[in-house]
Amino acid sequence: MAEIRVESLYKSFGDFTAVKDSNFVVENGEFFVMLGPSGCGKTTTLRMIAGLELPTSGRILLGGNDVTFKRAAERDIAFVFQLFALYPHMNVRKNIGFSLKCQGMPQREINRRVDEAARILRIEHILDKSVSGLSGGDRQRVALGRAIVRQPMCFLMDEPLGALDSEFRHLMCGELRGLHDRLKATTVYVTHDQVEAMSMADKIAVMNRGVIEQFGPPQEIYAKPASMFVADFIGSPPMNFLHFHAGLPRGAAEARLGDVVVQIPTLHEDVAPRDLALGVRPEHIAFDDNAPLRGSVYGSEYLGTTQIVTVNTPFGQIKARTKSTGEVKPGEKVGLRFASSRLSLFDKVTGRAVRSALHQGAAHG
Amino acid sequence: MSGASTAHSVVEPSAATKRIAAFLVILYAVITMVPLAWIFATAWKTPPDSIAYPPKVVFDPSLEGYCNLFTTRSRQTQDYIAELGPPQGTCDTVTRQREMVIVGPSNYVPRFINSLIIAFGSTFLAVSLGVFAAYAFSRFKIPLKDDLLFFILSTRMMPPIAVAIPIYLMYREVGLSDSALGMILLYTAVNVSLAVWLLKGFIDEIPREYEEAAMIDGYTRLQAFFKVVLPQAATGIAATSIFSLIFAWNEYAFAVLLTSGTAQTAPPFIPTIIGEGGMDWPAVGAGTTLFLIPVVVFTVLLRKHLLRGITFGAVRK
Ligand SMILES: Nc1ncnc2c1ncn2[C@@H]1O[C@H](COP(=O)(O)OP(=O)(O)OP(=O)(O)O)[C@@H](O)[C@H]1O
Ligand SMILES: [Mg+2]
Repeated sequence: MAEIRVESLYKSFGDFTAVKDSNFVVENGEFFVMLGPSGCGKTTTLRMIAGLELPTSGRILLGGNDVTFKRAAERDIAFVFQLFALYPHMNVRKNIGFSLKCQGMPQREINRRVDEAARILRIEHILDKSVSGLSGGDRQRVALGRAIVRQPMCFLMDEPLGALDSEFRHLMCGELRGLHDRLKATTVYVTHDQVEAMSMADKIAVMNRGVIEQFGPPQEIYAKPASMFVADFIGSPPMNFLHFHAGLPRGAAEARLGDVVVQIPTLHEDVAPRDLALGVRPEHIAFDDNAPLRGSVYGSEYLGTTQIVTVNTPFGQIKARTKSTGEVKPGEKVGLRFASSRLSLFDKVTGRAVRSALHQGAAHG
Repeated sequence: MSGASTAHSVVEPSAATKRIAAFLVILYAVITMVPLAWIFATAWKTPPDSIAYPPKVVFDPSLEGYCNLFTTRSRQTQDYIAELGPPQGTCDTVTRQREMVIVGPSNYVPRFINSLIIAFGSTFLAVSLGVFAAYAFSRFKIPLKDDLLFFILSTRMMPPIAVAIPIYLMYREVGLSDSALGMILLYTAVNVSLAVWLLKGFIDEIPREYEEAAMIDGYTRLQAFFKVVLPQAATGIAATSIFSLIFAWNEYAFAVLLTSGTAQTAPPFIPTIIGEGGMDWPAVGAGTTLFLIPVVVFTVLLRKHLLRGITFGAVRK
């Protein structure tokens, strides 16, 4: 068990920079998730931590030791690959025990450790089967078994649930988190699925084009997105953006969008006149006929206890999440009231959130 | 394909189509088997039967072909034969009926052993070298990789006869002519290009994650190669070995040119089996029949892999 520290890590493939100035610390026993769209450099970062790829520059420390240029075998980490990489020419037991065999462990001890891992993962009944006939979920468990049997310093997992169908993925999410709570092993988990990330992580790093846009606990990432990218990537439906042009002084507590005045969290910095975007989560919108921002209902999506109502406003389409009891009809005129303490203000040029009472000095990444 | 859906399935061929297909396959098999069957039959004929016209399909089987294959004989007078003791073994009897006596073993067995050594030796070398080269080409960044691969393949583009004379002169100069080592090196050189190309395709298909997983688990790259890559490349190795072996086993042109005595292989030897008054066809038939056995056995042993391998990795997994 150990802390993972990544310092100004860069990785280039020729002219293309896959990872730019990555910095983060995964504390001992933490479940850390790297989240981002396809091609943003998640796998590349993970492979560098594992020692499968050498960084162009930067440092990686595992448990305080600089391992940047050490071979994968010397790092004492376990890696779960997206496609599991179970050796097809070995049965389940041999697959799980493969790494122990390398350490020259006596066969009795290997068997004991494999049996224990199998018990934790509840796969005792398939130990002597060939891996080729296994279902996706069982393969997943065998891959995990291969990782936990070694009792490594930390686990690295690259979209380990990516190959499973969505129903099963949900189940495995719970199992994985349960396993982590029992083993308390430092884990780095890569995914592009925000639901997986939000439900499992202690901390999340949201990546975009090789850059970590925000690093923090899931609640913080959701409530205080540090950039428009994060605000847009997290949440379903994502955050609404109301685009406007204004300059605002430090201490301002309201924004003027055309002739509509919206209360916002007190700003902690000056904003020179520029293009801005006001970010509102759908659940922070309520219908209020007295509200100054008005629009007409375009349609609604029924989700059981809640519904997503799409409203056309002068600032573009806005999606609101409301109780499904209040019925709305297309074409109906509605007023929209925002929960003002939850609003984010973004500089549209840089995409960064403006510092405010909500985003306390949040200059992340 | 489930049985129930057969009747209306658009994918499953109809019963009639299948019957026609089966008929054509059998017909083709029969046509290709005729020359082989003729060779097997000839091996059991007597020399007069083997050149009888019209050809004899029904005949009394005789061991004369096999006896002649393994022995050298000389003609003797009847008086001389009469003075000899009782014949020892079938071949003695058969030979004496032709007024001849066995004077010693023929060269067939040593030639056959030469073939075994040279074909299996060169196959082993070509596949071993090929699998390492293919792995390197598949996994590492190599400068001018594509050019190198093309260069390797280009060695097979010219007809062997184009290089036969230079090789003959070279071998004579360095003392490799008529040596098993020379032939092994030559066949290895020819087969290694095939091996690299075939095996590279197979190794490309093995996800790198397997080796990476092994390397994270503490194995070195070489250990990962032997424990993880090689077992998964078994299909390709089997297919490549068979192709290499068949080439080296059957090769005739170089063998004729470069071997004459000690290192001569079976292919150039078999046609030189001359009997009295022309070719000894039963002996040739017998020699050819026996010559087929090693390749057949080898192929049957690796057949399981070959059937999967012959698709060149397209439907592996
Ligand atoms: N060996 C390589 N050579 C060249 N480019 C590479 C290499 N590996 C990755 N890349 C590029 O680096 C970028 C990041 O790749 P990476 O695999 O880290 O993305 P990812 O975030 O894991 O995406 P995904 O969700 O699709 O797995 C991609 O644009 C990819 O094309
Ligand atoms: Mg990836």
